[in-house]
Amino acid sequence: MVFLWAFLVGGTICLIGQIIMDVFKKTPGFTLSFLVVAGAILDGFGLYEPLVDFAGAGATVPITSFGNSLVHGALQEAERSGLIGVVTGMFEVTSSGISAAIIFAMIGALIFKPKG
Amino acid sequence: MLNTTKSDYKQLASKYETKRPIWENCLRAFVVGGLVCAFGQLISFFYMYFFDFTEETVGDPTVATIIFITMILTGFGVYDKIAQFSGAGTAVPVSGFGNAVISAAIEHRSEGFVQGVGANMFKLAGSVILFGVFSAFVIALIKTILIQLGVI
Repeated sequence: MVFLWAFLVGGTICLIGQIIMDVFKKTPGFTLSFLVVAGAILDGFGLYEPLVDFAGAGATVPITSFGNSLVHGALQEAERSGLIGVVTGMFEVTSSGISAAIIFAMIGALIFKPKG
Repeated sequence: MLNTTKSDYKQLASKYETKRPIWENCLRAFVVGGLVCAFGQLISFFYMYFFDFTEETVGDPTVATIIFITMILTGFGVYDKIAQFSGAGTAVPVSGFGNAVISAAIEHRSEGFVQGVGANMFKLAGSVILFGVFSAFVIALIKTILIQLGVI
């Protein structure tokens, strides 16, 4: 059942991305940035966490979760150490995506040669 | 006569040309994107059963694993073909973010590791990080101030 919800919710988020690209004629870069901001706003209103509980990877795998976890980390740290925590806590939760991208990109650049 | 049929045909063709791909692309994006997320759910279950991850923390290793798979697919040149078919279906999941970083790193390797790979790695994905971090900053700042003032 979780798989079905992951499929449907994740598919819908990708569908929204495709509509932004095709109907509103935006670049992929704009689309991804838009979705990240949308995820951040949703978490600001406390709406993203219920979606993660409900759809699992359907909500954590799309790029919207990046915005969500940035806000999440900032708010968590702000709770502990006040306003400064907004800046210092931002990457607390989301660091894995960025560090994985950097590490694997470096490994990829070491192993593979550019094609075409 | 010939001209009118030609322009008629052009009109007809352009009508179908602009209309059809949107529906087809949307369907592809939905199905492929959904499958990527369902596959992510499978990875999540793997990490929950065989390692000490809870439902809340399992998102991190799942994202990292998908980026790793993206690296392999990008390196062998398979990712481009999948992305061409699926459009937003693979661009919107973290695989798209990973591919933007990894393909830029591989592509600029010939310029050296400092000036090429290091300088160009976030050429495409940089805007995602910029807008994500800045919007998160503004939102978290507003919410924290509202909480401290006792509004929420």
